[in-house]
Amino acid sequence: MLLINCPYCGERPEPEFVYGGQAHIARPTDPRACSDQQWADYLYLRDNVKGVHNERWRHTHGCGRFFNALRDTTTDRFLATYEVGHEPPATLKGAHS
Amino acid sequence: MQRFSGLTLLRRGLSGQRGWQPQWRRAEPKPSYDAIIVGGGGHGLGAAYYLAKEHGLRRIAVVEKGWIGGGNTGRNTTIIRSNYLFDESAALYDHSVKLWETLSQELNYNVMFSQRGVMMLAHTVHDVQVSKRHIYANRANGVDNEWLSPDEARRICPLLKVDDIRFPVMGAAFQARGGTARHDAVAWGFARAADALGVDIIENCEVTGFLRDSNGAVAGIETSRGVIRAPRIGVSAAGHTSVLLRMVDVRMPLESYPLQALVSEPVKPIFPCVVMSNTIHAYISQSDKGEMVIGAGTDAYTSYTQRGGLHISRHALEAICELFPMFRRLRMMRAWGGIVDVTPDRSPIIAKTPVPGLYVNCGWGTGGFKATPGAANLLAWTIAHDDPHPINAPFTIERFRDGELIDEAAAAAVAH
Repeated sequence: MLLINCPYCGERPEPEFVYGGQAHIARPTDPRACSDQQWADYLYLRDNVKGVHNERWRHTHGCGRFFNALRDTTTDRFLATYEVGHEPPATLKGAHS
Repeated sequence: MQRFSGLTLLRRGLSGQRGWQPQWRRAEPKPSYDAIIVGGGGHGLGAAYYLAKEHGLRRIAVVEKGWIGGGNTGRNTTIIRSNYLFDESAALYDHSVKLWETLSQELNYNVMFSQRGVMMLAHTVHDVQVSKRHIYANRANGVDNEWLSPDEARRICPLLKVDDIRFPVMGAAFQARGGTARHDAVAWGFARAADALGVDIIENCEVTGFLRDSNGAVAGIETSRGVIRAPRIGVSAAGHTSVLLRMVDVRMPLESYPLQALVSEPVKPIFPCVVMSNTIHAYISQSDKGEMVIGAGTDAYTSYTQRGGLHISRHALEAICELFPMFRRLRMMRAWGGIVDVTPDRSPIIAKTPVPGLYVNCGWGTGGFKATPGAANLLAWTIAHDDPHPINAPFTIERFRDGELIDEAAAAAVAH
């Protein structure tokens, strides 16, 4: 079980959270202008990183808020969690692929 | 290859078990092959076997970064069934069940395929409706599946508690042709039979890159044991497929999750079939060694760690103890995880890739073991013909772009 540091509430056990998949994926602003491939990329293609993964979590059974995290998928260790709308911490920037 | 028979067992037995040969060679990589399969699990070894056996290729290598059968082939709960909803899926999975039925004879190796039946429980009105819809669809596709009342389910599996539990059993779908097989034997049997046809099985050989020719087609692989050239390469690497395909700049509609399983201490034969519950999420059968083999769900997050959270396996055990109260006193012996590659529609991909000469068999998610001979057989066909077989033609990468999903995720109506 993971121990996850919610940026709003602090460290809480994993069952309080819901995983939200890869972070920083923006919905195309004009879907009608997308090709089928661009729309499929948005819907279905993820980086599935082996290494440092940029991802979203939601503290469903706590404050209810979404936040972002950097986690190493080879160890499941969290490197950082940070608020939505922010960039990953500068020291870790570029670590994610 | 030394063929196994009652006579050879007797002869070796009388001569002190001396004279057995290794079942496959420890091959060194050659500079080039006609085809390379990346991934030495049941799917990959099987693909090499069928390429040699049915398509006449002789210079074939299987490269495996660890040891053969050490990935998901050795980590699953060995359930085999084909009662999937959609026509495409029923054809695909039943192709595999038909190959299972003769696989021990085909390979001259006892894979211990046991058609003891797979019982899928229904706990809600919705479950009952979905199960019956599956049964009717399966029958229309020539796949056996029947509806059991709670009493009929108990007659087949007397240990099952159907009432006075939190989610009473309202009935079950039962596929009598389903069952289990010995997972290690599947890898070993395919390895031995492929080796006998000249396939080189190269372990401890991790792919680090792909060679491309001037047209962009694959020309070989770079590995931890040097460069190996081949014009046709099949990737059968389960949870690591997207890592490999990234090396040729192809993004796959896959995410890799840990899936956990556990086994109990061995007990006497008490459990006559496979029982699954999608709704309260548990899978259970008894191995021929006597262990109760229990499958849990996937963890919530993507990972490559081959382990998962204890609360996930605990959830499965709670469901097992509810359905089979006598197992509350059973001690668990081992628990582990495998990394499964999940597609958005929970159906696999057996297809050509955008890179000429490169083929994939992936996306089996939580249910790949049952498909081992079928998927291997179809990957081999696809590589040999540079074109999919009609059975795997719908299982492309492009179906996500084209909106032609085979949505077994929605059909199963469970939280995967």
